[in-house]
Amino acid sequence: MNSVKRALGFIWFILAPAVVYFLVDRAIVHIDPAGKKDINNPVIWVIIIGIFTPIAIGLMIFGWYAIKGEYDHLPESSSEL
Amino acid sequence: MKPTTIRSVIAASSAGTMIEWYDFYIFGMLAKTISTQFFPEGNATAALLSTLAIFAAGFIVRPFGALVFGRLGDLIGRKYTFLLTLVLMGGSTFLIGLVPGYKSIGIAAPLLVLLLRLIQGLALGGEYGGAATYVAEHSPAHKRGFYTSWIQTTATLGLFVALGVIMLVKLNMPDDAFNAEWGGWRYPFWISILLVIVSVYIRLKMSESPLFSKLKSEGKISANPLKESFRHKANFKMVLMALFGAVMGQGVVWYTGQFYAQSFLENSCKLEFEQSRTIMLWAIAFATPFFVFWGWLSDKIGRKWIMMTGMLLGVLLYRPVFSTLLQDTDIKKLVKGDAILVKTDTAYKTNSLIEIRNRYTTKNGASFTNLMLDTLGTSYTKVGGFKALSSVLSQDLTGTFIDKKVNTGTYWKFVALVFFLIFLVTMVYGPIAAFLVEMFPTKIRYTSMSLPYHIGNGVFGGLVPFIGLLLTTSFPSDPLVGLWYPIGIAALCLLIGAVYLRNKIDENVED
Repeated sequence: MNSVKRALGFIWFILAPAVVYFLVDRAIVHIDPAGKKDINNPVIWVIIIGIFTPIAIGLMIFGWYAIKGEYDHLPESSSEL
Repeated sequence: MKPTTIRSVIAASSAGTMIEWYDFYIFGMLAKTISTQFFPEGNATAALLSTLAIFAAGFIVRPFGALVFGRLGDLIGRKYTFLLTLVLMGGSTFLIGLVPGYKSIGIAAPLLVLLLRLIQGLALGGEYGGAATYVAEHSPAHKRGFYTSWIQTTATLGLFVALGVIMLVKLNMPDDAFNAEWGGWRYPFWISILLVIVSVYIRLKMSESPLFSKLKSEGKISANPLKESFRHKANFKMVLMALFGAVMGQGVVWYTGQFYAQSFLENSCKLEFEQSRTIMLWAIAFATPFFVFWGWLSDKIGRKWIMMTGMLLGVLLYRPVFSTLLQDTDIKKLVKGDAILVKTDTAYKTNSLIEIRNRYTTKNGASFTNLMLDTLGTSYTKVGGFKALSSVLSQDLTGTFIDKKVNTGTYWKFVALVFFLIFLVTMVYGPIAAFLVEMFPTKIRYTSMSLPYHIGNGVFGGLVPFIGLLLTTSFPSDPLVGLWYPIGIAALCLLIGAVYLRNKIDENVED
């Protein structure tokens, strides 16, 4: 199982920037000052990309930890935290 | 601990949390009326403030509230922190009900509403972690899932009460009276203050969490909970695992079952107001006991696989369930034979444009309205002359079908389908408080569990309608394409949770 955890870590590491790229790409396509839908509103995109970027960085760190085997052993008690 | 004491701990915590959810929901449910009163169309500043009120409160301020109040809860204690969040939430909700409309005080109205909405988001971010931690720290290890599951019922019960109160007020007055500047839409906000006063009174009588009190008396509370939670790698990696392996999937399942379902019934299926609301109310009433059941079961078999099974069922069955809702309200299936024209209302929108509302009933007990906008003398003459819709349908009728009312059999079928969606919510949400509490040590528990919880629910869950709209705009041929977002996130979380989480119940949360 530990090798699976480590191997999957690469996916999480790559997935995070891909998601941010996707959001930025969709924002460029859909932002339209003349549009009336939520997806045309630049303020909403700024909020979403702004809040999603640190989460994506968190997913990258999660992937990095997984690759390094940090999740091979999970703490048994709070003394390990 | 005596059974009466733990019961009062659960009751005091749950009542306050339920009220906070109620407060948060009524704003969203009355968004249309609030928008008319405070954020008029055509005013760019008001539009910007409206966007911030809707999006910033959930996406930015909720996680920020988790940090602010989580830190406070780990420094000064659980009791006073979640008392403060309750007062902030109740006070801001009540004050929203007192803000005069844009017509009376201009731009100050949307500014005040935005400010109060942001305080609501902040307070909500701090409430849940406190209540869950407080109950868990009073619970014995073999009943932690069972006791904390009562807290888990509050989000759904808050929705139930909000739906019920708004429906009661709305059905007991004309639309004009409800939507007026000082109309009925304000009543749910005013009611909040009574609920909050009672809840604050009850909570004031409660004592501090025994584990936190012990830690404090031993001088072992954290000096800097934020640093210890997020800058110590050993704890931070558990925060990340909680977010991506459990709460992220739980958030989208929760949002899809409760809010996307309601929005889908109203906006995609075009069910009439009363029927869509009562379907939700029945489904919630039937499903709510299962929060407690799954919490109880999680004490026997562990938390992990109950949550993972809920996500798996969502991944596999969301599309069939929503597809059935859509098909059963398709106009051709709804009619099944002749439809009788029972009422025609017309209204002039402009000198040359007329709105025609033809109300039909069908032989199998359904009814609906055909709404048309047309120039004078064309469609109006044509539609008004028909008594049977089946023949009209074959003539490529224009217009939209709204206010659909399904017959009794289909109604209860819809209750069962929505019940199933909320049943999945109970699976993922029932055990999660105990699961999160057990992941983190007492001295930084409030901070560490609050942030992933509010990112999972506020951000991942809150994005369901926006990403749904994004996908629907990109792929308009599939009316269910918006479901790929919750399905994708739940599948990702299921994979991470299945591989990385363990199913161990932590016997000792006193460390």
